[in-house]
Amino acid sequence: MAVAFDEMSGPGGDLRPAYQELSRWLKETPPEALEYRRQEAELLFRRIGITFAVYGDSEAQERLIPFDVIPRIISAKEWTVLEKGLKQRVRALNMFLRDIYHGRDILRAGIIPDDLIFQNPVFRPEMNGQDVPHDVYVHIAGIDIVRVDAENFIVLEDNARTPSGVSYMLENREIMMRLFPDLFARHRVAPVERYPDELLAALRSVAPLSASAEPTVALMTPGVYNSAYYEHSFLADKLGIELVEGRDLIVKNDEVFMRTTEGLKRVDVIYRRVDDDYLDPLTFRPDSALGVPGLMSAYAAGNITLANAVGTGIADDKAIYSYMPDVVKFYLGEEPILKNVPTWRCREPKDLSYVLDNLDELVVKEVHGSGGYGMLIGPAATKATIEAFRDKLKREPEGFIAQPTLALSTCPTCTASGLAPRHVDLRPFVLTGSKSVTIVPGGLTRVALKEGSLVVNSSQGGGTKDTWILDE
Amino acid sequence: MLSRTAENLYWLARYVERAEYLARTIDATLRVTALPAAYIGKTNEWDSALLTAGISASFYETYQEANEQNVVEYLSFSPNNPSSIRNCIEAARLNARSVRTALTGEMWDTINSAWLELQQVWSKGAKSREELAKFLRFVQETSLRFDGSAYRTMLRNDAYWFSRLGVHLERADNTARILDVKYHVLLPEEEHVGGPLDFYQWTSILRSVSALTAYHWVYRETLKPWLIADLLILNDTLPRSLASCYGNLVRNLDQIGVAYGRQGPSQRHARGIRNRLEHSHMDDIFQHGVHEFIQEFIADNSRLGEIITKQYLL
Repeated sequence: MAVAFDEMSGPGGDLRPAYQELSRWLKETPPEALEYRRQEAELLFRRIGITFAVYGDSEAQERLIPFDVIPRIISAKEWTVLEKGLKQRVRALNMFLRDIYHGRDILRAGIIPDDLIFQNPVFRPEMNGQDVPHDVYVHIAGIDIVRVDAENFIVLEDNARTPSGVSYMLENREIMMRLFPDLFARHRVAPVERYPDELLAALRSVAPLSASAEPTVALMTPGVYNSAYYEHSFLADKLGIELVEGRDLIVKNDEVFMRTTEGLKRVDVIYRRVDDDYLDPLTFRPDSALGVPGLMSAYAAGNITLANAVGTGIADDKAIYSYMPDVVKFYLGEEPILKNVPTWRCREPKDLSYVLDNLDELVVKEVHGSGGYGMLIGPAATKATIEAFRDKLKREPEGFIAQPTLALSTCPTCTASGLAPRHVDLRPFVLTGSKSVTIVPGGLTRVALKEGSLVVNSSQGGGTKDTWILDE
Repeated sequence: MLSRTAENLYWLARYVERAEYLARTIDATLRVTALPAAYIGKTNEWDSALLTAGISASFYETYQEANEQNVVEYLSFSPNNPSSIRNCIEAARLNARSVRTALTGEMWDTINSAWLELQQVWSKGAKSREELAKFLRFVQETSLRFDGSAYRTMLRNDAYWFSRLGVHLERADNTARILDVKYHVLLPEEEHVGGPLDFYQWTSILRSVSALTAYHWVYRETLKPWLIADLLILNDTLPRSLASCYGNLVRNLDQIGVAYGRQGPSQRHARGIRNRLEHSHMDDIFQHGVHEFIQEFIADNSRLGEIITKQYLL
């Protein structure tokens, strides 16, 4: 594996301009001071209750995501490119979804094989021919971006279902501003605090036609035991909307109402953080107690907007991912600004045989997996693990894709033995309303805290950093 | 507001109030049992503590004997006792997490800090009486902080009123339960009037509702059982008396009724109970039977809880 690109020191060890002031500040600041601030930050997170739950881990039901106090910095010039690329990508995702559930031009053009859609468990036949308000499917997208050099931003994954992490983008900034006012004074950091306002505006803009002029928006959560519950309550609070669970909602005459102390009140837009499968026991899983019976029929009647729409999983599926450059070209007639990671589709015999021959160098991912689970990182795996994967691949090749092991870029990070480079990724949040696509300048930077590790997922020991977009 | 939010606020307040009451009960029982046997007679005070907490039956499923160690453990920390102090704080925090958006930062901080502290105490265990006393004080302080932060920081809207309903309903229930268990020592002119045994029972009752000093201020008298009953039942200047709780319940329910533009069964039911308390005299109550009066009150009070739930919280 190649030596990783370090975002502060650059390829030849030349300090990159965006990090000049930070580097100076780090030299002036004694390590004890950093450690003290780190502890202070942890205390704040604990007190505010910014925790997440790890499933299957009864010991630590509520854990903190480790927060690294060294910011990750992106220059204005880099951001301009990234922003343009993200908007382009999300526009294409929305057009793709509209097409898949209506005319299916892209299938007829032979760009994506039919069975990849129709055999796919995340494809929702219920959505066939159904119009969604303003043709917006993905209102909130979290696009995972990595860098391998100074020039390119690469999309690792499109999250088009219920992406989480935006509360960390906002809280990390709050805490950094409290702890390091001086460091902020020495930079011009673009603010992220508009996000809740922009999100609310986007959600209101996509209200169904039958809604009143002042549409009612609610955030739907699976409940306090969900791993992202803190984020749900945080966002509902910032948006000033009700945080509802399935049992708070009821469908009557194809309209959705919430039960309030003053009787039923109509809801027009649901920002749902509940997976498709659990939305409506009458349509999806009958054993689910999280959902609202009849929700899908209200949806079909056009009386409720669900954000994101049902069935968006087909757009961020790892099998579809490899076709994204073609998807962008097909719908927009433009060259994709953001690159894809080269991907071998194990369902194709030629690709499979290449993958089987090079397992020790590749990253193999389950097509339907997430959270960094069920994946093989070839260079870091034992022989036995590799062989186990080989068997899995032969048995069910269509369940996997493979990618080269990327040398993710690194950023200086506090470790037990002082500052050291650690691998990072970036998840900016892209909002799509009826009129426009917007992104607040920033995102969630996740950092793999273990030396050499490439897994940034919080469920597997990853941490977060504040992400600074410099305003020039 | 969402019915579930109102429900969470109501139960959050009830659990905090109950935790405080349990802490006071343990505290008062520790004091009275520390006296030489000649002063407290043969009654098992730890048994009474279980009875006033209303969990006597479930206790004996786990334990043989109601002694200090067992009862303190069951009331304070036992995970098997659904209304142990520990479970009350756990439940309070769970409710608080569910309605974070309806709480002020100060209220959340109080509950969350109490919960964090509880994890500490729980993992170490309150091994000595000193540690236990410290823990009991901490629980009472949490309740004071919670009440204080609600009073000082919450908007005066339905969220506040539903939370107050929880406080006063639970408080009325707690006071009534002490009376229910101890009524026999409050009966006037029975066989064992005024003996030294009863004096300590009376102070213990007053202490568990933090009314010992208040008694002297109100009556300027030595302890008389019928005056104690009067104080706890009818005196509306004592915050933990039944009359005072019902004054508050009626007021808060009326505020909800005005804000929502309609009255309902809970307003009527609460007013009925308050009117009865307002027009009662201790003489009549004694004549008709304190025990019957209290039992009827407990049933009426829990009926109000059901009516509120049906009218607003479902």
